[in-house]
Amino acid sequence: MTFDALTGVLLIPAVAAALLAALPGYRLTARLNVAATALTLVCALSLFVRRPQPGAYLIVDDLNATFIMLTTFVGFSTSVFSLSYIGHELETGRLTLPFVRFYHAMYQVLMFAMNLALVANNIGLMWVAIELATLTTVLMVGIYRTHEALEAAWKYFILGSVGIALALFGTILVYMAARPVVGEGLDAMVWTVLVRRAGEFDPALLDLAFVFLLLGYGTKVGLAPLHAWLPDAHAEGPTPISAVLSGLLLNVALYALLRFKMLLAANAGALAPGPLMVTLGLISLVFAAFMLYRRRDIKRLFAYSSIEHMGIITFAFGMGGPLANFAGLLHMTMHSLAKSAIFFAVGHVAQVKGTQRIADMGGLTETHPTLAWGLVLGVLAIAGLPPLGIFMSEFLVVSSTFARAPALAIVLVFGLLVGLAGLFLRLNSIAFGEPRGPSAKAQASYIPMFAHLTLVLAAGIYMPPALVAWFQNVAGLLG
Amino acid sequence: MSRIDFDMAHLLAGLLVLISFLELYQDRLYALLNVYALHALTLAASVAWQAMVQDAPHLYVTAAIALVFKAIVIPVALHRIIVRLGIHREIEKVVGVGSAMLAGMGLVALSMVVMLRVTSGADPLAREDLAFALSVVLLGLLMMVTRRNAVGQVVGFMSLENGLVLAATGAKGMPLVVEISVAFSILIAFIVIGIFLFRIRERFDTVDVQVLDHFRGERR
Repeated sequence: MTFDALTGVLLIPAVAAALLAALPGYRLTARLNVAATALTLVCALSLFVRRPQPGAYLIVDDLNATFIMLTTFVGFSTSVFSLSYIGHELETGRLTLPFVRFYHAMYQVLMFAMNLALVANNIGLMWVAIELATLTTVLMVGIYRTHEALEAAWKYFILGSVGIALALFGTILVYMAARPVVGEGLDAMVWTVLVRRAGEFDPALLDLAFVFLLLGYGTKVGLAPLHAWLPDAHAEGPTPISAVLSGLLLNVALYALLRFKMLLAANAGALAPGPLMVTLGLISLVFAAFMLYRRRDIKRLFAYSSIEHMGIITFAFGMGGPLANFAGLLHMTMHSLAKSAIFFAVGHVAQVKGTQRIADMGGLTETHPTLAWGLVLGVLAIAGLPPLGIFMSEFLVVSSTFARAPALAIVLVFGLLVGLAGLFLRLNSIAFGEPRGPSAKAQASYIPMFAHLTLVLAAGIYMPPALVAWFQNVAGLLG
Repeated sequence: MSRIDFDMAHLLAGLLVLISFLELYQDRLYALLNVYALHALTLAASVAWQAMVQDAPHLYVTAAIALVFKAIVIPVALHRIIVRLGIHREIEKVVGVGSAMLAGMGLVALSMVVMLRVTSGADPLAREDLAFALSVVLLGLLMMVTRRNAVGQVVGFMSLENGLVLAATGAKGMPLVVEISVAFSILIAFIVIGIFLFRIRERFDTVDVQVLDHFRGERR
């Protein structure tokens, strides 16, 4: 077998996971973790230059190359953040060395599972990869072994398992629909074959399959009312995992949904998946926006904000069409960057304050100016203020909706405004005012956070034409 | 496909639905585990039959997993966990037996209506298998909803998963079935180990999920 970039994207995390599980100590392994994610990123970059032909199991096309790029980039910067974060957790004794070793190995397994889910050309393989990603994150969420962490892990476990069980039923139904047309065997689960022949499938069976897939993978996306696991899992796990969950894993589940949406779009008789996704997206947006007000835990606050934004993205993809898809892709990219930057900041804030309670925070801009202004900038970005990138993408979502369905746009804008006010209300008490609560010196690495925020800011001010053309191309693929 | 092949597959799938109903009204943990073992045993027989009828030897692996892992190892392990953790043997249910059975019948009717209508074009064995499988999946979900006890919920999830395996093996020639059933077994093993390793009993004093739920977000 020749070594190509596609193999690299899968093999590097797998080998690194085995290596990290075997090596003792912390300093070396944490750096090895960074090195492995950096290498994976390089491999992912080279996929843009040269990519292998799609096979029966793996595929790289313009759509998933975008996702892989985003996943490996955020995976890399999160591993840099995790370097200082985990160091601090070791010092304070919240984690011990064996757990750190476990954590690093699991981090790489998670990267492997997400990359595998993205490059899978076989819907069965994709399902197995998403299951693996769920399992690893469950283990990581429960890593602190506190009462709350175990509860969050258990809840995530049960709800996530039911979700992927439903997704499997949907996958089987897709196979059943494909079998009379494509024939028995492997071909009837290969996505490229399916999408080419989808026009001949039985539409009723495809409809039913999509309902199950939407409920199943929708649970993993965190769409309301299937979101119950998400805030707990974000709040109780280590913060790097919250960043990866919010910034990446939700995207991966959404990517799976998009693949099946393209399948339905290729069949003239099947139901339009758009309205279902639009409805779930809007419900998630409005629901999460209101939930922002009563949050007392800083990580839960931003977990609900993730539900809100996944709602917007699902809504945009549900609307479909070149402009809305473009906006959805841009919003997804910007949200991943901004939300992980926020979690980087929040992780350090929780460490210097020794708590996640918002009531015990205050006046951070006085005590920890760099950290706090990073957080403020991140919240400004996520709330969608100009000139940051999310303003652009939200503006595109709203304007494209106004042109086609003004009534939906009103709900959308309402949800966005409610969410914005909710975030500012909380931000005000966290970042400004009199300093409150305990406070320690920050031992933070600000590079990943500010690198992400710079990218979000740059995208809001100037998007290079090449990037715009690329996103337009991918948006066209999504139909 | 000959008449007896069809009838036998039908019988075993129907039996699985029936045993799901049996699980639905058990109110003692040991009895529930025994019924679940029966469920898994029936699944193993059904999968083995499909392997023979479809002439698909790889399905025997799935049948063997169902027989050894689900019908023997998991029930025995859960049995020991119940003893070790001293979990109270009664299962608290959210709704009564009568309403649970009624809801179960409604779900079976629903899955028959939906599946038989949707798959009118498919071959009769596959579509009826799928209808039975969906019934088992929905009954599993119902069981998870109506049990407060974590072990009860896990058993509900496992019978839900049996329904999925039934669907996957009923879909003739589906690739990756063995891989998927292995992946699922790993998941279930994790759940069972999770009950024990996370020592839900010790930490929470109960495996009653409603107690686990006490903190839903707002720590003061």
